[in-house]
Amino acid sequence: MSDAVLQTNALSAGYSRRVIVDGLTFSVSAGKICTLIGPNGAGKSTVLKTIAAQLPVLSGTVALCGDDLSTLHEKDVARRISVLLTQKITAERMTCGDVAETGRYPYTGTLGILSAEDKRIVHEAMELVGAAHLYDTDFRQISDGQRQCVMLARAIAQQPKIMLLDEPTSFLDIGHKLQILSLLRQLAKERQIAVIQSLHELDLAQKFSDTVICIRSGKAERIGTPEEIFSGDYIASLYEIENGTYDPRFGAAEPAAAQGDPEVFVIGGGGAGIPVYRRLHRMGIPFAAGVLHENDVEYPAAKALASVVIPEKAFEPVSEDAVSRAMSVMQRCREVICCTEYFGEMNKGNLRLKEYASVHFPSPRCCENEGADL
Amino acid sequence: MEKRRILRALICFLGLLLLAGLLFCLSLMSGSSRIAPGTVFDILTGQQTDAAAFRIITDIRLPRTLSALILGGGLSVSGFLLQSFFRNPIAGPFVLGISSGAKLTVALLMIAALQRGFVMHSGMMIAAAFVGAVLCMLTVLLFSGKVKNMAQLVIAGVMIGYICNALTDLAVTFADDANIVNLHNWSKGSFSGADWQDIRAMAVLVLISLAGAFLLSKPIGAYQLGESYAENMGVNIRVFRLLLILLSSALSACVTAFAGPVSFVGIAVPHLMKGLFGTAKPLILIPAAFLGGGVFCMGCDLIARTLFAPQELSVSTVTAVFGAPVVIFMMLHRAKERSIS
Repeated sequence: MSDAVLQTNALSAGYSRRVIVDGLTFSVSAGKICTLIGPNGAGKSTVLKTIAAQLPVLSGTVALCGDDLSTLHEKDVARRISVLLTQKITAERMTCGDVAETGRYPYTGTLGILSAEDKRIVHEAMELVGAAHLYDTDFRQISDGQRQCVMLARAIAQQPKIMLLDEPTSFLDIGHKLQILSLLRQLAKERQIAVIQSLHELDLAQKFSDTVICIRSGKAERIGTPEEIFSGDYIASLYEIENGTYDPRFGAAEPAAAQGDPEVFVIGGGGAGIPVYRRLHRMGIPFAAGVLHENDVEYPAAKALASVVIPEKAFEPVSEDAVSRAMSVMQRCREVICCTEYFGEMNKGNLRLKEYASVHFPSPRCCENEGADL
Repeated sequence: MEKRRILRALICFLGLLLLAGLLFCLSLMSGSSRIAPGTVFDILTGQQTDAAAFRIITDIRLPRTLSALILGGGLSVSGFLLQSFFRNPIAGPFVLGISSGAKLTVALLMIAALQRGFVMHSGMMIAAAFVGAVLCMLTVLLFSGKVKNMAQLVIAGVMIGYICNALTDLAVTFADDANIVNLHNWSKGSFSGADWQDIRAMAVLVLISLAGAFLLSKPIGAYQLGESYAENMGVNIRVFRLLLILLSSALSACVTAFAGPVSFVGIAVPHLMKGLFGTAKPLILIPAAFLGGGVFCMGCDLIARTLFAPQELSVSTVTAVFGAPVVIFMMLHRAKERSIS
């Protein structure tokens, strides 16, 4: 990995001799985005602070563009790394332009007066993040999302080789989250910056990272591509999820299903059942769902929320066996809700279920009357 | 915007300079015997006209006015440095107990001098005040590491101030009574009594500290964003903090050694200047705070000695009357701003 802009080797990070993360070896190349994920308190921020030379390296090494961090002067570090931190700044009587201009600090002289070139760079950075119109606005009078954009402009104006961002999207609305992460990707690619960030939004981490590092119990438990990390049950075990499930394919977190024997049977398919599942789950009513093909859009939601799911293999017609199992579950339910009107060739079995329900249950509901009490 | 800012700064500096000149002349003219502006001008330009007036101007009024200008400016810059350092708008040498600490050590030195019968010179006074100021500053720092809350820090500072004042009172109580009156007068804060040797000493010390602070304006500006960001910009935090402590202690020590504790200048003036100049940039605000502090103290001193003449008020009384409302206004204003954002 000769093109690595950032390389750590057996790095131990922590506070005054108390090691928090140990034996961390990874590298980030120019133009790539590396994301640290892991539970709260795992030490993601500690790692970032250590790389930014704000905490001493306890053991191991950090190399920036091939030079060991400990041999670099503060100013050289400042010209290679810029940061965006979680702490809010209290900028007294500063305009957004003033805040962004502080990014030029490592390049200005003794009194810190900006040259015309410095100003041009700051303006360009403000334009890039779409905050040029805020240049003369007081920094305290803008929204959290705008503030994060200005802080990003500040970090860009510093013209770093590496950008470190600690939870850059926390507290932002989804629009700003996407804006910030898209900007980072653009920056990484166009300016060949290595981006290292920590994120709590797993779905976004999956979509915007080239490498994902999972920090847990003082170690980098796994390092890999998003495809390697976001597969199977790993995320659930990384975050020790007990009260629900996380589906890494869709980035969907679901609460745990209501416990107990199913009271309601839902005939779903094609996504029409999802609102019903959510409603029943909110009301705490255990329910059964079926028969659902394993490739049906609502299959993951049913799997997470229903106490019983009667599945069918993808692309196969609903089998006789599945129908009879569904009927036996239905018999123990007090009510049936049918969410679908159309029954195609592959799920003719569900049509039989509906007919069975209309015989055995006084009034099988359809989910069209969504306002109805369940 | 950039041009408007520079223009605003220029206009404000010009206005402050004019005001300083006006107050300077007024201070020389007014007092128990009024001296006409023409006479003052003649004396200052060396054309001696009246021996009595000459003595009044050069021995009493000129040193007093100069010390108000220099010490007031120093006090205000010291306040600005402390506010930047603690990132606390009401930090100041008086609030954090640093002035009181300096006062205690100077009082102890004075009493020792009276008892042992040696003559003190300005260097010893400054050194004693500096020791007291640094000790108090370190105590406050010790607290600031423990408490994260701004209000708690100020409370700690105020308490340190009370302890130092109590110890000073105790020392004065058991000192020889003959010179207590002198000590008592000084301990309330006054710009009078400085001779030309003192003026020279304070001018050198304050101007050097001021130059030092001005040269630190770049890291101070970075520090305003918070320690972590300053560090990322390449500021050596340890060296920077040490320099800032030494500078602000030296400034408040110098003021306390010559004028005793003067309240509210350190908080109110930097805040007024921020409002006037519309910025908190140290590059502008350090000279502005110096000039503003000088103007504020010359004005307050003028009021202190002319309002109820021949009875003279302590200058702290006047600075408190003008300074305290500024602090209250500032806190209300900040609360409003916080509720907006």
